[in-house]
Amino acid sequence: MIPTPDLSHLTKDDYEYVYEPAEDTFLFLDGLELEVDELRTSKPSICLEIGSGSGCVSAFLASILGTSTALFLCTDINQFASSCTLATGRQNKTPLDPIIGSLATPLLQRLRHSVDILLFNPPYVPTNMDEADGAQHTAGIQGSWAGGTDGMQVTDVFLKDVEVLLSDTGKFYLVAIKQNDIPGIRHRMMTEYGLKSVIITQRRAGREHLFIIKFSR
Amino acid sequence: MVRLITHNLLACHVKGCTTNNFPLQFQDVQIELQEAEFNPDFVRNLLPRLEWGALVDAAKQVGDTSLPPEQPEMTDDDVLQKLHHVLLEIHITEGAMVCSNCKHIYPISNGIPNMLLSEHEIG
Ligand SMILES: C[S@@+](CC[C@H](N)C(=O)[O-])C[C@H]1O[C@@H](n2cnc3c(N)ncnc32)[C@H](O)[C@@H]1O
Ligand SMILES: [Zn+2]
Repeated sequence: MIPTPDLSHLTKDDYEYVYEPAEDTFLFLDGLELEVDELRTSKPSICLEIGSGSGCVSAFLASILGTSTALFLCTDINQFASSCTLATGRQNKTPLDPIIGSLATPLLQRLRHSVDILLFNPPYVPTNMDEADGAQHTAGIQGSWAGGTDGMQVTDVFLKDVEVLLSDTGKFYLVAIKQNDIPGIRHRMMTEYGLKSVIITQRRAGREHLFIIKFSR
Repeated sequence: MVRLITHNLLACHVKGCTTNNFPLQFQDVQIELQEAEFNPDFVRNLLPRLEWGALVDAAKQVGDTSLPPEQPEMTDDDVLQKLHHVLLEIHITEGAMVCSNCKHIYPISNGIPNMLLSEHEIG
């Protein structure tokens, strides 16, 4: 068992502005735990989480890999999320490197084919387009879930960058729900970018049927 | 934390800004040193991903001149130790990073860089 990161430093007030770890987060941790052997033997040196929120997932990955073995870069559009990510790194004695930014945009040029582990638990809830646009613009807590058409408005933009970011042996782990059309995502990633995929785990939680998908070359 | 490794991986991404947009120049920075566990394998693995010249330059800007101007062919433990310190132990806590080409200013506050652009700057 890999211990769940210590988040006792985060309070109700933080969760007014930042996504509080929920079923999707915990399924993500469970999925990564199923991958422990592969994650460790692949000896990653650059890890990048998009939308790190509380920082819970990257802190967990760091405890799987060892805190001094890799770089843990974490972007989020929400500045409060980046602060929580930094604090979670400190609390768990693991250096997380948060960056306020959208998707991987400030890193794309320098991280071409360099990311060994790429993680994204995106805003995946189907909403109308305006709600998703507004949430991206204000970069507050609504941006944690508002996903626009099919819940794919934000994820679709990022999927275009995945192949460019992944190293030869790189892996991309994505959280998705049924309404996101998982067979469609997997098919597109194969035909457009030659990335194969497997479903690592899935779970029904209330109204959501959640999946963790892994993509690789 | 804006460590020098992070700085070495960030580029200006303003729409149309594609040449001379890396490395970003530090402006009015405050620095904090924080010890980190030395892992020679990790530092060695980072080597192929670094822009050496940009790193040496950035280190100089924050007052560290321990690295040779050219990337050494042999990376013995001494070089790895120095790299470890420069890449992972020097933290920029406040200040800004400025693009040499378009002059966009990316602020650093409480150890976190803000790389967000406004709508009309996005490519
Ligand atoms: C479902 S939450 C996941 C948070 C955390 N990783 C977890 O698993 O608990 C989605 C996160 O993505 C962030 N986000 C939304 N749009 C983004 C974008 N364009 N770029 C980077 N992060 C984004 C949100 O601010 C939020 O923190
Ligand atoms: Zn620029």
